[in-house]
Amino acid sequence: MAAHLSYGRVNLNVLREALRRELREFLDKCAGSKAIVWDEYLTGPFGLIAQYSLLKEHEVEKMFTLKGNRLPAADVKNIIFLVRPRLELMDIIAENVLSEDRRGPTRDFHILFVPRRSLLCEQRLKDLGVLGSFIHREEYSLDLIPFDGDLLSMESEGAFKECYLDGDQTSLYHAAKGLMTLQALYGTIPHIFGKGECARQVANMMVRMKREFTGSQNSVFPVFDNLLLLDRNVDLLTPLATQLTYEGLIDEIYGIQNSYVKLPPEKFAPKKQGGSGGKDLPTEAKKLQLNSAEELYAEIRDKNFNAVGSVLSKKAKIISAAFEERHNAKTVGEIKQFVSQLPHMQAARGSLANHTSIAELIKDVTTSEDFFDKLTVEQEFMSGIDTDKVNNYIEDCIAQKHPLIKVLRLVCLQSVCNSGLKQKVLDYYKREILQTYGYEHILTLNNLEKAGLLKAQTGGRNNYPTIRKTLRLWMDDVNEQNPTDISYVYSGYAPLSVRLAQLLSRPGWRSIEEVLRILPGPHFEERQSLPTGLQKKRQPGENRVTLIFFLGGVTFAEIAALRFLSQLEDGGTEYVIATTKLMNGSSWVEALMEKPF
Amino acid sequence: MNRTKGDEEEYWNSSKFKAFTFDDEDDELSQLKESKRAVNSLRDFVDDDDDDDLERVSWTGEPVGSISWSIKETAGTSGSAPEGREQLKGRNSFYTQLPKPTSTYSLSSFFKGRTRPGSFQSLSDALSDTPPKSYAPELGRPKGEYRDYSNDWSPSDTVRRLRRGKVCSLERFRSLQDKLQLLEEAVSMHDGNVITAVLIFLKRTLSKEILFRELEVRQVALRHFIHFLKETGDQKLLLDLFRFLDRTEELALTHYREHLNIQDPEKRKEFLKTCIGLPFSAEDSAHVQDHYTLLERQIIIEANDRHLESAGQTEIFRKHPRKASILNMPLVTTLFYACFYHYTESEGTFSSPINLKKTFKIPDKQYVLTALAARAKLRAWNDVDALFTTKNWLGYTKKRAPIGFHRVVEILHKNSAPVQILQDYVNLVEDVDTKLNLATKLKCHDVVIDTCRDLKDRQQLLAYRSKVDKGSVEEEKIDAILNSSQIRWKN
Repeated sequence: MAAHLSYGRVNLNVLREALRRELREFLDKCAGSKAIVWDEYLTGPFGLIAQYSLLKEHEVEKMFTLKGNRLPAADVKNIIFLVRPRLELMDIIAENVLSEDRRGPTRDFHILFVPRRSLLCEQRLKDLGVLGSFIHREEYSLDLIPFDGDLLSMESEGAFKECYLDGDQTSLYHAAKGLMTLQALYGTIPHIFGKGECARQVANMMVRMKREFTGSQNSVFPVFDNLLLLDRNVDLLTPLATQLTYEGLIDEIYGIQNSYVKLPPEKFAPKKQGGSGGKDLPTEAKKLQLNSAEELYAEIRDKNFNAVGSVLSKKAKIISAAFEERHNAKTVGEIKQFVSQLPHMQAARGSLANHTSIAELIKDVTTSEDFFDKLTVEQEFMSGIDTDKVNNYIEDCIAQKHPLIKVLRLVCLQSVCNSGLKQKVLDYYKREILQTYGYEHILTLNNLEKAGLLKAQTGGRNNYPTIRKTLRLWMDDVNEQNPTDISYVYSGYAPLSVRLAQLLSRPGWRSIEEVLRILPGPHFEERQSLPTGLQKKRQPGENRVTLIFFLGGVTFAEIAALRFLSQLEDGGTEYVIATTKLMNGSSWVEALMEKPF
Repeated sequence: MNRTKGDEEEYWNSSKFKAFTFDDEDDELSQLKESKRAVNSLRDFVDDDDDDDLERVSWTGEPVGSISWSIKETAGTSGSAPEGREQLKGRNSFYTQLPKPTSTYSLSSFFKGRTRPGSFQSLSDALSDTPPKSYAPELGRPKGEYRDYSNDWSPSDTVRRLRRGKVCSLERFRSLQDKLQLLEEAVSMHDGNVITAVLIFLKRTLSKEILFRELEVRQVALRHFIHFLKETGDQKLLLDLFRFLDRTEELALTHYREHLNIQDPEKRKEFLKTCIGLPFSAEDSAHVQDHYTLLERQIIIEANDRHLESAGQTEIFRKHPRKASILNMPLVTTLFYACFYHYTESEGTFSSPINLKKTFKIPDKQYVLTALAARAKLRAWNDVDALFTTKNWLGYTKKRAPIGFHRVVEILHKNSAPVQILQDYVNLVEDVDTKLNLATKLKCHDVVIDTCRDLKDRQQLLAYRSKVDKGSVEEEKIDAILNSSQIRWKN
């Protein structure tokens, strides 16, 4: 059912199974027929863990989304609210419960908080007078959700803002909890490395939690060799740049949510023979699931988009040839064999058709003049050209009222690539933005400043060139077709975060002490002792497995770069990636924007 | 990096910055086309069976049986598109196996008695033989609810119990010292949930002054407290706290933020007035003042124009009815509006563009750009002309554009200005290459021809000859120039 989770070096199906088991146990506690009322946000992440069939096997007969007023009618014994611990949701639940009481047979209410119970929320339910109505109030620790064979995410939208703006560490605590769960399933991770303030916190929490569990010795043979904790604010640059891998561009242009993407339907209209097919063109967005379960997608998603076309065309030839084989099938045996391969071939054809259409959609965007201009400016900034003055293109974007998020991304990128803007330049941009998009964005600009994305240069020192040169962040000769370096994911720029991971594995961070000191937050190393029986003896040529945890979010381009490193023949390290949120520059900036309460 | 102009050009010509287009445009395009063609031809071959029963997904891609799909399905009457479901039913063999869930028919009974329903066999079934103990230990699962009445728990025990989700009474911690110890224990656990619980308790049982004083020396707890106040919308206490901490700028911003929740324009304006003079940074302070002034203006303009529009006496409003109210629009949008509806008004009125420009110190560039867009939209070419005409003291006129004439041309073109007008402005573009490019793109033949002549570029002129219509005036003009003996061609 989720076989793609077990393709990687670490079988993440084990985690998925543990999560499913926990869910089933909760459902069985509420004996009898049930209805689930969903916090809509959770249906996406839950879809990665369980299908409706699992719930049905445990007598879930009805499912609703959480809405105000009354619950829809349902002839069931139990009503289970499955929600994130958020105050506004508590108000709705209370409304549901109170209007329910007045009619007919009494039912059992339960509440399942994801990922954690919240005393604050329970207090609110108590204030609203409904806390006593719930029989089970429990938590479901859906901290890290397996997305793919090498990818885990907490899908916590607010994590970056909470950690770096509000200084609330709750999501770090969840990250640490998630890591403890992983260690329970995959063994203690002997080495912990980290860079950044939040990384330090998480490591501290892990050490502390481990101490509390001393009673039960973990006897699982360790799968991971290293854990690398990285703060997003160590590398604020990477997410701001436009991702240029296939998956990255799909995300930039259409947004991937819980491994699904919604696409304009026109290109996917089923073409039938005869004229009758065209009459009911679909108007609803076409929704596709994107993960490594699809062979073709696994092959092309991490490629630079410029290398995708040739792969698609090669595949088309192979599939055509395979279908042509039918003419050569003469004997009954041969025909039988051909027929037996048909389902696989049809699936491959369907997959090819979809990705050809998606590639066409993306190409329309990437070949536009504006995309080219934007990319040129980004690449200038990242290679250190003209970062200290007002940029014409940004000015034009504001004058033509391009989307505010696009403008903010560019201004922040310039600021980061110049270690802060000159006061005059910063003031100029701010003024233009406020006059064009509205004064209320004072609040958003302040948030960006607090998060360090936008700032005035202090002390007149620009450290970025030093960082760029030492870490070789800008590579002049990129091979997009057959890459030799991670910089292919941004057609020239090598993501700082991934470069840090690469240098850690070889030759080690000692070689870049100077740059590490310039980047924010401490860097550190911890060891967790293992009983002698569990210590690993590596076979010659066997790769290490590193779990890399991005605190505050990670982009698909960074994931692609890490997969590229995993696949290097003499790389020596394979990566499993975990994060608080899969994101891109736009969703990131958007999360930092101030909206009405 | 300081680059001279020459450098820059060289930089572009030798650019290592590749355009983000496919390496070999034609080749790549044809590759995509090729795979598309292949796909389509295959479709013809296999399309006797339906496309969609390959994967069990509904048109929207929701796999049948996924959670979000099921919500729509079982919610029955509460709003799912019926036709979509019918379609699905017809197409999907899987669907027909399922009884349509209704409130009287229990799905579970349908599946009971089948030990292992084939289509639902999941990995979990296959794996259920694995001993559970291998993952059990740390997937912390709080055991039920039970209240603890023991009075002996120390602060650290209490915090530990809270963390495991057990309900503990905090009331018996009466001394300040106990309460603070409780807080410190909570903070050292890093569990935001518990920290917040303790903070709620402290908020209720300590005086504001003492609470603030103690939080000030406990930064982690303080940050959680601020976040908690924001979350619960306790604006008053939050402002008191910032005042106590002397975090004046945050105080100002937090107060200002509240205007977002006020819908009524008059009330919002009054609220913004209370923000003026708050300790913002110098820059923000000016912006907040402008925000207030702008809304004040907009309220006056809105009342006035709504009246004019409904009276139906003013031509501009009759010809171009307003699409939306101007309230709460950004400054530049307001300026555009003023240039559109109130362009000729004298500087004394609130709605005159010049007045707006002066009041808000709108830079020339911004002003010209906006005025140009508004007047071009109305096809008021004389106004456009006037925008760029300056007179010197001798009375000679000269054309000047602070935004560069290439931008002027772009905007005019976007508003479909006639060729004659476009031509005048293309001619004013200073950089010859830009001028030629623009003129070629916009088919301003005269400009192209004259420029080639001035450049003495016979080859380019010859090339352009093939682009104009046979026997046209332009062709004649080109021929005349080509045959002229006056010109010393450079090629």
